[in-house]
Amino acid sequence: MFGYLVKRLLQMTLVLWIVSVIVFLMMSFTGDPVFMVVPVDATDAEIAQARRLLGLDQPMPVQYWRFLVSLVQGDFGYSYVFRQPAMTLIMERLPATVEMVLVAMVFALVISIPLGVYAGANPESKISRFIMAGSLLGISLPGFWVGMVLIYLFAVQWGIFPSSGRGDTAEFFGLRISLLTGDGWHHIVLPAITLSLATTAILLRMTRAGMMEVGRQDFMKFAKAKGVSRRDVLYRHGLKNAIIPVVTIFGLQLGDLIAFATITETIFSWPGMGKLLIDSIYRADRPVIVVYLMLVALIFVVINFIVDLVYTLIDPRISLK
Amino acid sequence: MTITIETQTDQPLLELKDLRTHFHTFAGVVKAVNGVSFKIGAGEIMGLVGESGGGKSVVGFSILGLIESPGKIEGGEILFDGEDLAKASDERLREIRGRDISMVFQDPMTSLNPLHTVGDQMDEVLRLHSNLDADARKQACIKMLESVGISQAEERLKAYPHQFSGGMRQRVVIAIAMLAQPRLIIADEPTTALDVTIQSQILKLMRQQIADNGASMILVTHDLAVVSEMADHITVLYCGQVVEQGKTRDIIESPSHPYTRGLIDSIPDPTDRMARLNQIPGNVPDIRNLPKGCNFRARCPRAQDLCAEQEPTLKPQHNSLVSACHFPLQPGEK
Repeated sequence: MFGYLVKRLLQMTLVLWIVSVIVFLMMSFTGDPVFMVVPVDATDAEIAQARRLLGLDQPMPVQYWRFLVSLVQGDFGYSYVFRQPAMTLIMERLPATVEMVLVAMVFALVISIPLGVYAGANPESKISRFIMAGSLLGISLPGFWVGMVLIYLFAVQWGIFPSSGRGDTAEFFGLRISLLTGDGWHHIVLPAITLSLATTAILLRMTRAGMMEVGRQDFMKFAKAKGVSRRDVLYRHGLKNAIIPVVTIFGLQLGDLIAFATITETIFSWPGMGKLLIDSIYRADRPVIVVYLMLVALIFVVINFIVDLVYTLIDPRISLK
Repeated sequence: MTITIETQTDQPLLELKDLRTHFHTFAGVVKAVNGVSFKIGAGEIMGLVGESGGGKSVVGFSILGLIESPGKIEGGEILFDGEDLAKASDERLREIRGRDISMVFQDPMTSLNPLHTVGDQMDEVLRLHSNLDADARKQACIKMLESVGISQAEERLKAYPHQFSGGMRQRVVIAIAMLAQPRLIIADEPTTALDVTIQSQILKLMRQQIADNGASMILVTHDLAVVSEMADHITVLYCGQVVEQGKTRDIIESPSHPYTRGLIDSIPDPTDRMARLNQIPGNVPDIRNLPKGCNFRARCPRAQDLCAEQEPTLKPQHNSLVSACHFPLQPGEK
């Protein structure tokens, strides 16, 4: 177990290092950030000085080394645009994105698992066909359109939910969290539903496929022959055997939504990371983009690690090696 | 030599009357079980014999109400202790499953849930069917595991099925089946998937468990050799219908139906090395499209014109035998 953790940690570090190389190379070949920091009418001497101050006059390996050292030290530099630490900018917005994604994922799980189990256990029934048709819609409808429809219906027509913003937030260990206030919950419902739609559909279909596969297994029939109730046969015996691919996809979707919730955030004016990323890309705000990319890589690596741990909790035949 | 007189109690433990279980597929109606009747008394073992596709397993699943769509029990009665299970509610059937009637499946590699411990899968039966507290249940599981020949039972309760060998898993399955002391065990080819060396161990174990608990058993198998060692009575199925019934010894020594004769002849004789391995020519006919007359006609060495015209019905034959044949074998006839 300890050996596994050490190995895994080294692996994760290796992945992050490779990402840092790629990020550095990408940044170096996409435009000259010097022009972001100097005035429009700067002289050549001023530009050269700015370049020296930013370290851009050094050879590439030296630049990379400095970049890496500051990454390791957690120093991502100042945003060229906001003149604030890039890390601070991201961390201000990260909670908004993460909480919206978490609520969306909870929605997705609560809806997709029972419906998927039902559809897998009763593939012939009319309700299952209806569920499957619905899930196809969930996959095919573009999120921005669903978001606009939801705003039109629930905010404009019926006035049940607000159309934009995050509502009240409460401080928690210095992070601003809207899930701690009723108003925050009120605001999070529509964007979370919009965000959860595709994931719900995918998880539902994965669950159904898994349950159909498991339904043919002898141990399901044996459980019934023991007198186990239908519900327990499906959930205790069936679902546990069908859930591993669902966990895999859940992990990938979780990372994906945190990294790329941009469209939903834009539609609902949700002050998350996505908006900041888009602005930073437009303005070539390198430090912010670097923090963002490294953070996304870290999130994926950590989620994957957790998913692997969850496998071993589900299936005793999978061991940590 | 003493003559044992058949003592048939007034009410058998289980009586099937004209059971019909059909599967409605796109390609037509499969009459997997089409008018099967038999009785089992308390403490008896009955062998249900036939080739693959003969409807043997479907009989077992029908008794427990485990027939799934597109299958359906179309008619007949399943009288268990006088109660018709064919008409019982799902709830009632769940009470009976595992408590009064339990099942042992063919393949021990797949009949245990790979993700639950053996102890948990045993405990589940007692949680459902007893009022014992957790500790008493655990003791009962340990005792049961020991009685099926698994040592260090307390440790093994925490193990997962993949940590057991095939034979050991089948012991666990039998332990689960016996745990609530059911009155009837339906064993569906319990040794078919096992090594030959393990087979006889498992059969011995089952017979001993049945005897210890005073339970009855339906032993579903294609292997007449197995049945002849275990069963008191034999019912031979062909194309979903009973073709012959009787006491084991009578059937093995001198069957009256040519199909039974064929099955017996297919058992290799270990003393005669030079003998050709006998087989029944041809295949089981398409059950969706059975021929007129006797279903076995095309494969039968005794078939005559009458067999193509008229379907034979079950008639008493010599000794204890009942069979459906127009030209039954006489005692001693090959």
